[in-house]
Amino acid sequence: MSALPLARRVRDALVLYWLVMSLTFVLVRLAPGDPATMLVPPDASPAVVHRLRHDFGLDASYPVQYARWLGATLTGNLGESFATHEPVTHVLARAAPISLGLGLASLALTFIVGVPLGLVQGMRRGSRWDHALTVATTTVYAMPSFWIALALVAVFTYGASTLGLPVWLRLPAFGIRTPGASLHGWAAAWDVGRHAILPVAILAAVGAAGIARYTRTSVADVSAQDFVRTARAKGLSPARVSLRHVMANVLAPLVVLFALALPGLVAGSIFVEAVFAWPGMGRAMLDAIAARDYPVVMAAATVYAGAVIFANLAADLVLPLLDPRRTSA
Amino acid sequence: MTWESVLRRARREPLAAGALLLLVAMTLGVVLVPPLSRQDPIAIGDVLALRYLPPFTRDASGVLHLLGTDRFGRDLFVRMMLAGRISLLVGVVGSVAAAALGTAVGALAAWVGGTADRLLMAATDALLAIPRLVLLLVCASLWRPGLTSVMIVLVATGWMGVARMVRAEVLGVRSRPYVDAAVALGARSGRVLWRHALPNALGPAIVATALGVGNAILLESGLSFLGLGVQPPEPSWGNMIAGGRDAIVTAPWIALAPGIALIITVLACTLIGDWLRDRLAGEAAGLLGERV
Repeated sequence: MSALPLARRVRDALVLYWLVMSLTFVLVRLAPGDPATMLVPPDASPAVVHRLRHDFGLDASYPVQYARWLGATLTGNLGESFATHEPVTHVLARAAPISLGLGLASLALTFIVGVPLGLVQGMRRGSRWDHALTVATTTVYAMPSFWIALALVAVFTYGASTLGLPVWLRLPAFGIRTPGASLHGWAAAWDVGRHAILPVAILAAVGAAGIARYTRTSVADVSAQDFVRTARAKGLSPARVSLRHVMANVLAPLVVLFALALPGLVAGSIFVEAVFAWPGMGRAMLDAIAARDYPVVMAAATVYAGAVIFANLAADLVLPLLDPRRTSA
Repeated sequence: MTWESVLRRARREPLAAGALLLLVAMTLGVVLVPPLSRQDPIAIGDVLALRYLPPFTRDASGVLHLLGTDRFGRDLFVRMMLAGRISLLVGVVGSVAAAALGTAVGALAAWVGGTADRLLMAATDALLAIPRLVLLLVCASLWRPGLTSVMIVLVATGWMGVARMVRAEVLGVRSRPYVDAAVALGARSGRVLWRHALPNALGPAIVATALGVGNAILLESGLSFLGLGVQPPEPSWGNMIAGGRDAIVTAPWIALAPGIALIITVLACTLIGDWLRDRLAGEAAGLLGERV
């Protein structure tokens, strides 16, 4: 790959990001309702509302608002929250690591569990195992994460005490650490870890079901090709055929999928964060939506979009290295 | 087709046949149960006597509550079937309309080409770059929540993938000899697209529609769960799950039962979508829809 396509792809990604940012600006301005009227008491005088609109720059024309907003965003100033008057960058800096950690931990588990399942299914397509696992993964894939979350909360809180499960299985179902406890070092880490078990397990289960479905299809496609039949015909062991010949060809798209799956998983954590009251991006966004806190909503949406665009770009650049036959994702 | 050949076919493909059977049963259930039942799924009666009855119990007047009652004493099974009407409707309409819009945009972009193609695809890419959930939440929060806005938002956020696929297919089909032949015979451009190019480019769009029904049902339930979708007292599976959330420890069936109906439906749609994909598209693309 020459240097030129790289520069072109980066340029395309930047243009796309500008488009997305402008799109969120347009979407949010389309919303009915004036945030200024929501921030003052109902009996506030028109003068107060007017001053507030002026302070937030809401009285300027849309092109002026757009130019101001774009200029400020490009210099790293995402404005301040309408609701809390806190800089938006602070809100995001607090929330993003939590969602990212949740996303990365469940993404790793997703692939560790999902790829072997899909491999077994794809190699033995049409077998009893394949059918059973297909039903299982498709069922899990059909479950909304918030429903699994509620079911597991019922099992591991109420259920754990009535069924007489051991104490360590009574998992916390709320928040990211035990409220009021002052823990340090390993005890604090273990506390966060215990709080993370249910959210990570749920996201990983739904993700792994999807990856298993994808891997099964890819493995089945590759297994039908001539070089796999040749490898079998020359007497290689099934394990060697599946690892050396099939997996080698399935791996490249899987690595790309790894990059592409992260933003989706981080977005998917919105519901898990909502049920378990985790103070991540999803929760920040839901709170901001409820409060019509435009700057936070816009910033959160563009952060998610930035993650998607960056992941796509990374996948585009990495794929040719893994599989010289492919030039882009 | 005789019954015998249908049975033979079903035995050969048990997953697809089972999925179809489930879907038919669910559709019959949501259509027939609410009018045939003596329970009113919306009105609230004697709350204190009727609320939180567990599944398979009879109340004082001897009425059997198959799945128990919710916190207002309403029969959960009848309510669930009524909610299923909305969820199925949203799923089918949302997915079909989104696929139709995507097909129109994709076919137009590929057929017209040039600046129109570039503009349409830029808009498609920009929308695709925002995770659908995030886009959905932003849109859902902008307008007054309700059945109509959920459907509009599902269509507005669901057409882009189909547009990309159909565009690629139409571009591929456009250079086929039969298209040249139709042009040479003097057919107008629009007719060539409609009668010759489009029918041969629809495979991936059909698969995406089938898989999209399950996805739309899931997304609707997610929005309703967060209070941004269908609003109570109108029941949908998502807001029923949300309604049972507070009682998840004391009366878990209230939140769990609608979820099971939802999972059965989405599972059936996905299995049918898979079956279609194996026959029509033969590609793994579009397999990983975003999950709620």
